[in-house]
Amino acid sequence: MTARPETQPSEDAGAAVPEDLVPIDEAQEDLVAEFGFFDDWMDKYQYLIDMGRKLPEFPEDWRADDYKVQGCQSQVWFVPEWHGDRLHLHARSDAHIVNGLIACLLRVYDWRTAQEILDTPPDFIAEIGLDQHLSGTRANGLRAMLDRIFSLARARGQGGGAA
Amino acid sequence: MTPDTLGGGLHVSAVNDYDLTAVRADFPILSREVHGKPLVYLDSAASAQKPRQVIAALTDLYENDYANVHRGIHYLGAAATDRFEGGRERVRRFLNAASTREIVLTKGATEGINLVASSLATGGMLKAGDEVIITELEHHSNIVPWQFLRDRYGIVLKVAKVEEDGSLPAEAVERLIGPKTRMVAVTHVSNVFGTVLPVERIIAAAKAAGAMTLIDGCQAVMHRPVDVQALDCDFYVFAGHKIYGPSGIGALYGREALLEAMPPYQGGGEMIRTVTFEESTFADLPHKFEAGTPPIAQSVGLAAALDYVESLGVERIAAHEHDVLTYATERLSAIEGLRIWGSAPNKESVISFTMKGAHPHDIGTIVDRMGVAVRAGHHCAQPLMDRFDLPATARASFGLYNSKAEVDTLARALETVREMFA
Repeated sequence: MTARPETQPSEDAGAAVPEDLVPIDEAQEDLVAEFGFFDDWMDKYQYLIDMGRKLPEFPEDWRADDYKVQGCQSQVWFVPEWHGDRLHLHARSDAHIVNGLIACLLRVYDWRTAQEILDTPPDFIAEIGLDQHLSGTRANGLRAMLDRIFSLARARGQGGGAA
Repeated sequence: MTPDTLGGGLHVSAVNDYDLTAVRADFPILSREVHGKPLVYLDSAASAQKPRQVIAALTDLYENDYANVHRGIHYLGAAATDRFEGGRERVRRFLNAASTREIVLTKGATEGINLVASSLATGGMLKAGDEVIITELEHHSNIVPWQFLRDRYGIVLKVAKVEEDGSLPAEAVERLIGPKTRMVAVTHVSNVFGTVLPVERIIAAAKAAGAMTLIDGCQAVMHRPVDVQALDCDFYVFAGHKIYGPSGIGALYGREALLEAMPPYQGGGEMIRTVTFEESTFADLPHKFEAGTPPIAQSVGLAAALDYVESLGVERIAAHEHDVLTYATERLSAIEGLRIWGSAPNKESVISFTMKGAHPHDIGTIVDRMGVAVRAGHHCAQPLMDRFDLPATARASFGLYNSKAEVDTLARALETVREMFA
């Protein structure tokens, strides 16, 4: 992993598994169901935009090149960290819709174990009908962020130890 | 459409006698829907759609006259060679080059620029300390090949500054020209702002200083007539796919004396005269620069595209596009929170813009759902985006088939964007 900025919380900085964390399968089903409420694509996107706006704080100085996932349309800054056996994710984009998609990814993959991640391919994105956003690495940083989550989980699963 | 408009071509647009309905009918893809909405294609600066005349030319070649070129003694080999070389002659006429020896068919404009940069350097015609001038308006393909020469051969790269409004006066280049200037390589039209550069003056200034000139015409040839002899440039490149032709082909015009002096770019079949394991001798121009099997069908398709464009008339196309551009500029300027980047007095039909509260990626995504295709991103011009402190812009570009009604659809879609991100 690249060097972390000074401001990044260490593992014992108080961050802990949220009490309301639902099982990973349920998190996926919930998302698909929530988007299923909307018949109109505009309402889906509006919901996505609102989800993005509710992302937790992302410190200004984490918007650094070291954390940038390359994309030619929009940018994503991604800071993953292991807390014990669970992967905690911080991410932010400069585009609202990408932030909404990040929020979806966090609902499913944040605070999960390597095994949970590896057992859960991102099929829910296609079920929601947002898979065009994952279609290429050039368009935005989402595909790269997702690949990174899985490669971190694989490395951990193969006994990679603390990253 | 009524039989009248079909038969008599009476359905004309407000400007000159441009028959937009008939033009649009030539492009099969324009009648399709996207996300359940009629397609409004406003990304022709990235790649233009193809008229049925081009598609038919490709089909006809593959169905009737296809074989490899310059090789077989058989009938089809000769037929395909004639048609392939016919494409070269068509490009020569289009650019008004003196001879087909000066027309190299490449896989695209990018390859054309790389060919020139690479061969000039390996041939010792650009060497350490020599200065190459480009501008801040360049596409990456007219930046990176020169950076290679800087890093590998020690040439010095100088960059002419763009003005706040996106224009680039000739003085910006002229003031960089000095005794060590050996090459001035500039775009004819900016792919981000649409700015038309004063290439005539820039070329004259470079020539007076004894420097070579290369003009990147990718965004120019479909909007304005280009005559390389009148321009008096040394090299001119363009891409087939942006002028309604196939992808996978571009053209490089090069002054014959320079092309003669330059060593080959790539080695392989087609470009040689004799080969032994000790040495090879090379084919005459332009084949010396065309190693391997060339873009055969693409050449035929490009010829059909140039026929198509010239049958409409480049000047008439330009008048129509300017009419659409003026209307689009008015409509978009009226949208609250929208800012247009690049307002040079002399510009082609490209509008780069940003909107308050919405990232260009957001804009592109939402308008796409309404059937409108625009580009969002850095447009392969990152240094220019940095210069204006922009992470990205949205870009609408208008081709010969776009209408004011499509501009209205774009404007409505952008109002929706404004509401969604308010």
